Amino acid sequence: MKQFQYVKASSNAGVITAISKPGTKIIAGGTNLVDLMKRGVTAPDRLVDITHLPLKSINITGKGLHIGALALNSVVAENALVVEKHPLLAMALKAGASPQLRNMATVGGNMMQRTRCTYFYDTAMPCNKRAPGTGCGAIGGINRMHAIFGTSSKCIAVHPSDMCVALAALDATVIIAGPKGQRTLQFTEFHRLPGEHPELDNHLATGEMILSVEIPDNNFAKNSYYLKVRDRQSYAFALVSVAAALDIQNGVIRGARLAMGGVAHKPWRLFEVEKSLIGKKPTEENFAQAAQLAMQGAKAYEYNAFKLKLAPATIAEALKHASGLV
Amino acid sequence: MEEAIKTAIPSSADGMSRIDGRAKVTGKAKYAAEYRPDGLAYGVLAGSTIAKGTVTAIDIARAEKAPGVLAVVTHFNSPKVPGHQKPKKPTKKAGPILVFNDNVIHYNGQPIAMVIADTYERALYAASLVKATYNKQAHDTKPPSDISMGIAPWGKDSVRGEADAWKNAPFKLEQEYVIPTEVHNPMELHAIIAKWDGADKLTVWDKTQGTQATRDDIAKAFNIPAANVQVIAKFVGGAFGSALQVWPHEIAAILGAKLVRRPVKLVLHRQDMFTSVGHRPYTWQKVGIGATADGKLVGITHEAVGQTSTYEDFAEGPINVSKGLYACPNVTTRYKLLSLNIGTPTWMRGPGEATGAFALESALDELSYQVKIDPVQLRLINYAKVDPENGKPYSSKYLDEAYKMGADQIGWENRRQEAGAVKKDGWLVGYGMGGGMFGAYRDSATVKAVMRADGTLLLQTAVTDIGPGTGTAMVLIAADIMGLPADKIKFEMGDSSLPNAPMQGGSATTATVGGAVYDACTELKQKFQKLIGNGGTDNPDYAKILSDKNLAGLDVTTQSSLGADAQNKYSMQAWSVHFTRVLVHPATGVVKIDKVVSVADSGKVISQKTARSQLIGGAIGGIGMALMEDAIIDHRYGRYVNNNFADYHVPVNADIPQMEALFVNKPDSHINAMGAKGMAEISLIGMAAAVANAVFNATGKRVRDLPITPDKLI
Repeated sequence: MKQFQYVKASSNAGVITAISKPGTKIIAGGTNLVDLMKRGVTAPDRLVDITHLPLKSINITGKGLHIGALALNSVVAENALVVEKHPLLAMALKAGASPQLRNMATVGGNMMQRTRCTYFYDTAMPCNKRAPGTGCGAIGGINRMHAIFGTSSKCIAVHPSDMCVALAALDATVIIAGPKGQRTLQFTEFHRLPGEHPELDNHLATGEMILSVEIPDNNFAKNSYYLKVRDRQSYAFALVSVAAALDIQNGVIRGARLAMGGVAHKPWRLFEVEKSLIGKKPTEENFAQAAQLAMQGAKAYEYNAFKLKLAPATIAEALKHASGLV
Repeated sequence: MEEAIKTAIPSSADGMSRIDGRAKVTGKAKYAAEYRPDGLAYGVLAGSTIAKGTVTAIDIARAEKAPGVLAVVTHFNSPKVPGHQKPKKPTKKAGPILVFNDNVIHYNGQPIAMVIADTYERALYAASLVKATYNKQAHDTKPPSDISMGIAPWGKDSVRGEADAWKNAPFKLEQEYVIPTEVHNPMELHAIIAKWDGADKLTVWDKTQGTQATRDDIAKAFNIPAANVQVIAKFVGGAFGSALQVWPHEIAAILGAKLVRRPVKLVLHRQDMFTSVGHRPYTWQKVGIGATADGKLVGITHEAVGQTSTYEDFAEGPINVSKGLYACPNVTTRYKLLSLNIGTPTWMRGPGEATGAFALESALDELSYQVKIDPVQLRLINYAKVDPENGKPYSSKYLDEAYKMGADQIGWENRRQEAGAVKKDGWLVGYGMGGGMFGAYRDSATVKAVMRADGTLLLQTAVTDIGPGTGTAMVLIAADIMGLPADKIKFEMGDSSLPNAPMQGGSATTATVGGAVYDACTELKQKFQKLIGNGGTDNPDYAKILSDKNLAGLDVTTQSSLGADAQNKYSMQAWSVHFTRVLVHPATGVVKIDKVVSVADSGKVISQKTARSQLIGGAIGGIGMALMEDAIIDHRYGRYVNNNFADYHVPVNADIPQMEALFVNKPDSHINAMGAKGMAEISLIGMAAAVANAVFNATGKRVRDLPITPDKLI
């Protein structure tokens, strides 16, 4: 890998100043960035280590549950507040990566991880995300793991995170600090679709860093489930995953949250399907019907057509689990 | 002989743990890449990015100027490897890759340059600056899809009885089975440290399955006396066949060390493991099988086409199982190779037979549904009592007992013959079985046994232990003969300067080196008994005798015999059968292995614990073959796309249930004095079919192209 400078920032302001310079990247757990550097996919001149900054806390605020950007994935997954108030997030975290990786990976880093598209990783292959203008290797290539929603002619990569699928479903917000101060973004608006600029994964501007995420209180704790379908039982990215959360009162669905992973360049929230479930009874038939609605606009490629069938099946199955039918 | 078998089997030490277990888990065990000779430099290879053509230029200017770089080697500037000579007579294929020898590209990822620098990171960076230009030609990496493709390496078809007789049977089927390319992917990457100790003297720490074969090949390549080359492989972190030969990276490191006059370490990257150290070849197979209404096999026709490289043929025996596993009067086999722009395949655990057993044992399962006979029963109906190929008696065979043990343990009586009949908590439940065989080989080896003044025994031989626990088994054999506790015995190995031993491969080590340890210890003990006279005692006090006789020590060096007579007289095979219970989720297609029972009939078990580990390990390899392993090439570029451990899946702990390993554990009184056969290959052979058959039993879906991923079941 290219020789780089390593600095430790002593404050958020220091980080923001440092990353405003081109060629500088934040390093936290490093579980993805170091791999990318070794493979020559990214070659920063300078790394800013933020792991000692006080951004690890998990606590209740007036706006809900606050989770610091540096909270470790393993710590969040086991945190009593998370398990009690948002078990969906704990389930999603535990479905991700491996225990060793979760012990290093942070919440902010999880959000910032790059796609695992193999064309992105191999510098001998074309990839518009890694090297804009070189073409997309996956379109017309081996695209079994790739997106069926929100693709563009430039990129069909998927966002690999499980945690983000749960946060998207749970209406989380992202607290961001930058040269112009703090701002807040809906979690569902944090990541972007590839469009004409697949090199951009999210809406963070130059010099901005993630401080925390916040999850508003909800009534989903009793009826939520994260279902991840993958080629092996651990340490595999999702073929399709579904975060399902239901608010069921007196046998009727009063609120629903659904998001999918493994199908798009960002966590794929299913707003229309959620609406369609309101007022319905939690039955297998209703879930199957809703799941079909989710597939509007889906587009498959040579090797991922199975997702057109697997995705609705997984949605229905996740809803069955969430509602206690399974 | 019977007497000998009894003495050779230690009873008290059955549960002994690996002698090197502590060293391995504490990190004290030193693998090839972990030595630190003074002045060590680091080599990193750069590979081609085309699959066929020639290199027209390589720009190394930037790499040479990068910090810490000592040398950049390409075929333009490489010193010649003296033993690298093109065959004088032009042959059809060029032969193995001679690294940095010419400009021809045979496959994508072929080494075209090596950067040597003072640190690994600097070498890695500089290697990324090497830019080649090519004259690209149209490549072909697409695998075979029928028998008309390819060329028969052994000429004509093999026909026993009547050709294609299965077609005339009342019950019959013909199906195609495909296994994709699999990669050995041992956890330890291939690595070498080469250190020249003079103009013609060399020390090499290497990941290899055979220190002496590697020594000889290196000596030949560099045209120096074999005695001047020392190859050390004290620990090997898995190999599965990938370290049975000297590969280009090893020659490159030795060449580089000579050039920079410093020791050079070269560790392959995980992606190189897919291209540069062999693989299990993608193989297309077709099996036609027919039986009478009472399940008697009428005929089997087994065709296979495997892939090989354009520069070298690699042939194996996927069709062997159809010749030997069942008493079938009419067997036709046909085998071909298709040359593609890939690296040459090589032996991978259960080579050939594992591929073939997937097809044959799947076909037999399909037949069982046609004739409506239980799959175990169907196999018993066609049980071979003598080798069907040559009529020779088996040196030992208790496969029928293995069937029974496995069936009892898995709860085979709970299996329903109709597919998709059993459900549990929303999951479909299925049972399956599949078995296999592999030749039980025995070679010759030399062991030096030294009794030292303090009464401890030292055993020396050049063999390596790639993981099965060879040292442990050898200590157990010696302990029993000598009447010594295991902790008084040291087994020294993994060094070419030790007494001769063959490579660790083909499941032959325990039978071969074990035989030599047995002979050496028996002779040494007799020497002591002679010293004390009067017929001696059964348990001599070695230290006291040495002291009484004023001896510093006593040793013998013994070469074990091949046992050629017995090998000619008997058909020597090891056998296995695997039983699985699987759960399949009907909506998502997820397969969970719920229970596995693997049974080995491999003669007497020498070391219970390591044998169990080996049988479990092989079966897990079979689960990987069945459900996950698939090295995928994007044929537009002729380049692997999932060449890393995140995308090329092997089973992880979460995929593996409680595994039961059972042993018939009856000695083969003809193979060697211990009655022990190897079991490395049979541990894997048949397992993929056992899983696929269980998936069919659960779902009614027959997957004939591995791996069985969820998308194939929804």
